[in-house]
Amino acid sequence: MLTKRIIPCLDIKDGRTVKGVNFISLRDAGDPVELAEAYSKSGADELVFLDISATEEKRKTLAELVRKVAATINIPFTVGGGISSVEDVDVLLQNGADKVAINSVAVKNPQLINELAAKFGKQCIVVAIDAKQVRDNWLVHLVGGKVPTEIDLFDWVKEVEERGAGEILFTSMDHDGTKAGFANKALAKISEMVSIPVIASGGAGSKDHFCDAFIKGKADAALAASVFHFKEIEIKDLKQKMKEKGIEVRL
Amino acid sequence: MSIESKIASEKIVIIDYGAGNIQSIKFALERLGYEGILSHDAEEIKSADKVIFPGVGEASSAMRKLKSTGLDKLIPQLKQPVLGICLGMQLMCNRSEEGETEGLGIFDVDVVHFEKTLKVPHIGWNRIKDLKTDLFKGIKENEFVYLVHSFYAPVCSKTIAKCDYGVNYSSALKKDNFHGVQFHPEKSSSAGEKILENFLKI
Repeated sequence: MLTKRIIPCLDIKDGRTVKGVNFISLRDAGDPVELAEAYSKSGADELVFLDISATEEKRKTLAELVRKVAATINIPFTVGGGISSVEDVDVLLQNGADKVAINSVAVKNPQLINELAAKFGKQCIVVAIDAKQVRDNWLVHLVGGKVPTEIDLFDWVKEVEERGAGEILFTSMDHDGTKAGFANKALAKISEMVSIPVIASGGAGSKDHFCDAFIKGKADAALAASVFHFKEIEIKDLKQKMKEKGIEVRL
Repeated sequence: MSIESKIASEKIVIIDYGAGNIQSIKFALERLGYEGILSHDAEEIKSADKVIFPGVGEASSAMRKLKSTGLDKLIPQLKQPVLGICLGMQLMCNRSEEGETEGLGIFDVDVVHFEKTLKVPHIGWNRIKDLKTDLFKGIKENEFVYLVHSFYAPVCSKTIAKCDYGVNYSSALKKDNFHGVQFHPEKSSSAGEKILENFLKI
């Protein structure tokens, strides 16, 4: 049986992790390479690096970082943030990234999903979707959830699958940062609609929340940042709990 | 660990034909203390002690790239140990449903698509079992490996490892000097590194 994946997410700015981490075992908690290594050793199934820097030098710094991470860890990792072209993706993959995540650019230029899938294969194209519930509708939001659109989440999910997304990373803006659990109803609906894997994001606060995302939300993977960075949840303990609940997991 | 003392004298060539993430394989070799040479040059490949044939992407376009460089003729004639990884392994089979392309015909089996009822690609960590040959020396049954693929080679007489995703399929194949693994050893944590190391020691 394929196992459910646990994915820590690292926010990167100018080549350093931000938002803070609390790994006392590390010499430098801001060093993404060191943190990536610690996570790969602690049982993370994959990692996501989200680049939030906006400098001119950005692309070069990110490519260098990707190279260092790829040289160090032996589990797969995804890189996202500010990718806007086939060339951007090419550079990241050439430097050792396994997958890339695109978000706002996919909404502005949906054809890019088709182009990326055709050139690199759909398995390495993750389409990240941020959405928020507005009255009875889930609407897609851009720029890290700041800019609302009129696009219906579920219509968009269907479209990105048809265009060649290999995975969907769904973040509920309503749940993100609340530590009150994932958006399981919306997750389950997405998961049943598509035949590609769905990664749940936003709302992780306890081990039970992860289990619910897999059982109620029917997610294939779950992503979180601070609960892992601040050691509120140890990945090994989380996986043990998942196993006890009958969820297939790599331990 | 001293890198110098671990660098082996083996010449390992990773076939570079413009398909996929070969940097990761090179890095994995370096972590094991080996140097991998990226090349599509026939003489360089022929003179290698070990050849790694990677591949990520789409089968028919990868096959076209192999044909345009003559590698489709060269690879089946290689005498040294060859390891096909992921799409590399699939291309070593007779043919693939992906883009309805012929393959290199090393493994006498046809690559087919997973059932439509399953989530595809098959992405993530799954178990390998019924492990045979020295490629899996020291690897326990039901060990986890990382996989990313939408097509698979059914179980056949050349199967040396199986995986279960809706169906039992070939997670590894072997015929003479040719080995193929569907999973990514370079991304499969310490077990994957052990399998790579086993191959390098054949």
